[in-house]
Amino acid sequence: MSAHALLPYTVEPHPVTGLYSGKLGTWLFLASEVMLFGALFSAYILLRVGAPEVGRAAWPATPAEAGLSWKIGAFNTLVLIFSSVTMVMAWVKLKMKNLAAARGFLAITIGLALLFIILKILLEYIPKLQHGHGPAHNNFFAIYFTLTGLHALHIIGGIVVIGYFLLWGHKLWHTNPEYYTNRIECTGLYWHFVDLVWIFLFPVLYLMH
Amino acid sequence: MDGAYSDISKHIRVYMMVFAALSAGTIITVAASRFDFGGHLNVVVALAIAVVKASLVAAIFMHLKWERSLWIWYSLALCGVFFACLLALPVITTHDHPALTETKTWDVTGNEVAPEHAGESHAPGH
Repeated sequence: MSAHALLPYTVEPHPVTGLYSGKLGTWLFLASEVMLFGALFSAYILLRVGAPEVGRAAWPATPAEAGLSWKIGAFNTLVLIFSSVTMVMAWVKLKMKNLAAARGFLAITIGLALLFIILKILLEYIPKLQHGHGPAHNNFFAIYFTLTGLHALHIIGGIVVIGYFLLWGHKLWHTNPEYYTNRIECTGLYWHFVDLVWIFLFPVLYLMH
Repeated sequence: MDGAYSDISKHIRVYMMVFAALSAGTIITVAASRFDFGGHLNVVVALAIAVVKASLVAAIFMHLKWERSLWIWYSLALCGVFFACLLALPVITTHDHPALTETKTWDVTGNEVAPEHAGESHAPGH
């Protein structure tokens, strides 16, 4: 309780920014995330434009040639979009003062995130590594594993944070429900950003020739 | 501030509509990739659909549509400027030299060696 009292503007808006501070902090963090992924997209363009036309270092002519199935990519896109809906519904349920339903939506979100990761590892990473198409094979696979791997780490990070709020963090609801609701909103901001990155990764890696 | 969220049931309807739009957008992305618009236009179309989908996520799921604090908007504007710089880097880098289409080799004096003769300059006694 006392720890909460030490943190000002967790619920009421800060007089200068007009926002509760967690939200501004989350947005600044996401801006830094845009730079992180932006640098990698930039590297992707540079590697692709500079790739030789023949030989082992050549860019794959089609995504299928690189062993990338658009069906898996599209399915995983839908999984992430659906998980964004369940995440925002958890926040809606908290706004409607229904903690049990909110925790249900958080659990579904985690389930969908796990489904995404499991499909990614079993149907994409493992077959590629078995074919010798690891990050060391050429620049395409290097940037493919870096981009999707960093994204996958963000999914795992999301699972950890959402899991915390599902299993332990909800105790805050009984002492300060608005604070807990705001924390779920910030978690949601992060989760939607991870979804947003995938919305660009999917056409860039799975569809473009 | 709470007024923006007061009619929460309206929110749910908007979220469901965005869910439907994003699902449809995914199908359109796949369908568009089957169609040859010609050259660079294929990339432009794919990214344009992605931008629309991403804007929906940011505006509705991330509540930007209801955000009035300029602090968020200024942060995002600054972020956008630097993001544009990041994407401009590879364009500037590659704009004045062609893509690598062949492997080039140079001998010790700096003269270019034709691919079929590559390696000969290192032969002993040469």
